[in-house]
This record gives sequence, structure tokens and C-alpha cells, in this order.
Amino acid sequence: MKELVILSGKGGTGKTSLTAAFASLAGNMMLCDADVDAADLHLIMDPDIQETHDFAGGYEAEIIPDACTGCGQCMELCRFDAVKPVEGAGIFYIDGLDCEGCGVCADLCPESAIKFEEKICGQWFASSTRFGDMIHARLGIAEDNSGRLVALVRDEARKRVLANHIDLLLTDGPPGIGCPVIASIGHANAVLIVTEPTVSGIHDMERVAQLAAHFKMPAMVCINKYDLNPDQAQAIEAIAEKRNMEFVGKLPFDPAFTKAMVQGKSIMETHADSPAATQIKKIWNRVMEHPAMKLDRLC
Amino acid sequence: MIISIASGKGGTGKTTVATNLCASLDTDFMLLDCDVEEPNAHLFLNPNFTGKEKVNAPVPKVDLSLCTYCKKCMEICRYGAIAVAGETVVTFPELCHSCGGCTVVCPEKAITEIDRFIGTVETGSLSLPQTPSFGRGLLEIGQVMSPPVIRQVRQLEKKKNLTIIDAPPGTSCPVIASMKGADFVLLVTEPTPFGLHDLTLAVEAVKLLGIPCGLVINRAGIGNDDVKNYAQNENIPVLLEIPFDKQIASAYSKGELLVQALPEYKEIFKRLYTSIEAIVNRKGDA
Repeated sequence: MKELVILSGKGGTGKTSLTAAFASLAGNMMLCDADVDAADLHLIMDPDIQETHDFAGGYEAEIIPDACTGCGQCMELCRFDAVKPVEGAGIFYIDGLDCEGCGVCADLCPESAIKFEEKICGQWFASSTRFGDMIHARLGIAEDNSGRLVALVRDEARKRVLANHIDLLLTDGPPGIGCPVIASIGHANAVLIVTEPTVSGIHDMERVAQLAAHFKMPAMVCINKYDLNPDQAQAIEAIAEKRNMEFVGKLPFDPAFTKAMVQGKSIMETHADSPAATQIKKIWNRVMEHPAMKLDRLC
Repeated sequence: MIISIASGKGGTGKTTVATNLCASLDTDFMLLDCDVEEPNAHLFLNPNFTGKEKVNAPVPKVDLSLCTYCKKCMEICRYGAIAVAGETVVTFPELCHSCGGCTVVCPEKAITEIDRFIGTVETGSLSLPQTPSFGRGLLEIGQVMSPPVIRQVRQLEKKKNLTIIDAPPGTSCPVIASMKGADFVLLVTEPTPFGLHDLTLAVEAVKLLGIPCGLVINRAGIGNDDVKNYAQNENIPVLLEIPFDKQIASAYSKGELLVQALPEYKEIFKRLYTSIEAIVNRKGDA
């Protein structure tokens, strides 16, 4: 199997629209939406959900008011300022939004007055779509552990890819360079960084390129909306070369992307002959020709 | 007053709104860039950086000469960051959440904490007439824990004056760390299906925190009317619409402020601030 992860650093550069376009071109592939925080790929893929699973991503402490003697040890121990006094009651409660789920308060409470239970932080789904199967997820609002959920959906996707002899796993990655991004790239063949010719796009591409290099992950670069600022687009090509990332092409600004999105389709389905779609085909071929995409990753 | 500018979906224009709002204000304020994975505000406001401090996370260090291999540290750690096998103890600093449990529970006091470098907080001032303070966090490449870096940036806040926070995208812990304690959340979206979907998630997060919010629709004119209809149904005021305009996009691409490229926007952003102030004051009176 092979896996390509689409990243960008900066959000909103077109990761998901491009992933959807690649899905229309790829043939025997499976999709994984690793942006569990604000997943959007399902809006284009219209998945038929076959399996729904809970994601027990962590623990949360809860003080039983009747058992609490108000000694305050939990508040002293908590490094996350999650333990707060119940006003006028002489006892304490735990603010779930601040609780890190470390369990130190519960383990050490002299009255055993703190419940510490596993909590459901989200759900993940195995679905079929018109292009192939898809693993996706939804992290609960304000939950921690998005990195663990990303790792979980990728593991599930990789298992199924191997079991069903699928050639390629296409993973739509999250923005940024932190925990969920790091969880989205391990063991992949390569990452494709989608950037835009803006000062922010370049700044953020450099950060995610450094991240890929840090983890020794081969990286390719393509530019969306290059005609917005051709000088900046040229600067991106130079940076890609300097950082030893293959530059695989550039897309013009094309309203067809948004039109396709509004219809819940990929641009290849609605505007196959548009200027952007023509370039996407070229980019796709160059990506699949990259030496890193020729290797079979068994783990 | 603290105004946090957030979005759900990335790339909708949080930084555009934050930086142009800042450049339009007459009063003094402080800008904090809490998108510590990909901070961008400095690219548009060219701050003069004067201070730099490290963000460190405490992680355990075991003194094996005192250790009796009782495994209490391993049992309390929920993150698998410390393991005892036979007569060896291994720590995994990158998995550690710095809860301090192992140091507290060790009966031999064999565990102390050492600092692990995870990011930087930079401070300075903006080259605007009021010379407002500026702070930003920068997560070190390869590190996973952005909330501690965000929390350290937010220690710069001075409660009485105005603080504007540029938040990261998404709806999970880093976003909550950037919105918690704010008096108002300004949500920036675009009128597309992706923009709407992620906006609904961001609104749920804001509701959970019980903070009043308002909406900026950026790139108005692309996509469809679903975002507006949603805002109406949810009673979320649309405080500003910025039309899709290649001139705006081109200025942005060069790192120019919208209020420089199209000076008439200065009044528009001033009005945006006035309407936020009115909503916050109304809530304070109620």
C-alpha cells in the first residue's frame, strides 16, 4: 500500500477540495479524513456510513459533592487549574473544560471523593462513497486528544487498505503543525503541501516543510490560486527547490472549486475541462511519479 | 475587554479581521497571536520585537540511585510517559502532560522535574500611533503541546484594557484555550458549505463557553446564502461582510493591510468595534 497525506500549514488553501479531486482520479483507493477537528471531506463525498464507533479518548474527573470534605488537596495538586471552589459550600468542583484527565486528584483524594471515568470524546465512521471507502471522524466540541483520534482513524484506514488490497490511501490532513498533524503523517509515503501565493501561505508552508523534514518525510509542494500573485508563486517554487521538495504544479484561481463544493461534488465531476481541473490531472500524475510514492509501505 | 477572533475553518480571514481591526482602533489595546502553530499577524503589522521567553514543560527525571522500582509512577501516569521494567525506568518526555503525578506519588522522592523546551513567547509593540503591545507564541517544530504555549501568551493579558486575540482554527483544546475568559468571540467565516459546516461547530464551542458572539462573513458573494440563513436562525448578528474582491486578495497576498489598500475600510472596522462594544456592554448591564 501507499499513503499520500495532504497538508498545508495554513488553513483554507484547498486541501479538502484537492483531496476530493484526487479521489476522482485515483482508481483503487481509500480515503481518510484526518482533520477530525473540522472535518469537511464528507460534505463532498456524501458517505454512506456503514459503521459508527465511539472514541473513548480520555478520562474526566468529577468530585462527588456529598463525599468531598473540602480539604482542598485536589486543588493544590491540579496543575491545570481545573479544581474550583463551589462558592459558599466549602467544597470543590472540577471544570471539565480545564481538566486534562491526568487523574492525579482522583488517585490521591484522601476521601476517594473523585470519580474518574473514561469519557466518549467523539465518534469515528467507516463509510462507502462513490469513489471508494472512507474512514472519518468527528471529535466532540472542545475535546482534547485530537491527535489520538487522528492516529486511530489512520490505523483503521491502513488496516482496511491492507486487508482489501487497495493501492492507495489518500489522507486529508489537518491545518497547523501540532499534535494532529504529527499524528497524520507517521509511516506515510509522502506529504503534499498545498499552499497559496500569500505571505501567510509561504510562512506557514515553511513551518510545515520544517515539520516534514524533522520527521524525515518526503514532501511535495503545489500552489493553489497562483495567479493571485505570480511573484509570490515564483518565490514558493524557489523555496521548494531550496528545501528539497519537489514542486508538482500550480493551479489558477478558479471559481469552479466553490461551485463544485456548493453542489457537493469534486471539481473533476462538475468542471472536468476547467483550467484548474486540467492542472490537477497534471499534478496528480507528477505526485504518483514521485520516487517516494513508488515504495510499498507495509506497516 | 477581551475579544477573541476565531473561525472553525482555517483560512477564512481571522488574521485579516484581527490585524485590520487593530490598525483601525484609536484606543490603546494589546494584540495576542494565539495561533501558535502558524502565527501570521506579525506578517501584516511588522511588530518591533523586544522580548523573548521560552515556554518549558516540566517532565520527570528519575534518580535511579533512590528508585526501588515500585511502579507507582507508572501506575499514576495516564499518558504512558514513564515505564518501569525490571530495574530500569524509561521516560517518554514527548508523551508527558506535565501533571506532576509521578513526582507526587513517588515514595522515595526519586523523581524531580526538568524543563523541556516546547515553544517561545515573543513580545513587542506595533508601529501604530498608540504603540500597542503585541505578543505571540511559537510552537517549536515537532512539539505537540500547543495549549501550554497559548496559556503562556495569554498571561500577558491585562484585564482592564482591550485585548484582541487571534485564535487558531478548529474547535478542540487550542481553540478553547484561546477563547476561554473572553468577553466576546468574533467568528469569521466564508459563505461556502465548508465555511458553514465549520462555523456551526465553532458556534457550539462558543455556546459551551457561554460567550456572546458575532459573525464576519468574508469573501461575501462566493458560494451561497446558507451562512446568512443559519446566522439568522441562530440569532447571531452579522457584524460585517467583506465582499470577495481580487484587489483585497492581492493586497493580502503581499502582506498589505486591507485598510491600507482600501482606506474606506478603516471606518468600517471602527464601526465593527463599536458594535462589539455595544453587545458586550449590553450583556454587562443585563
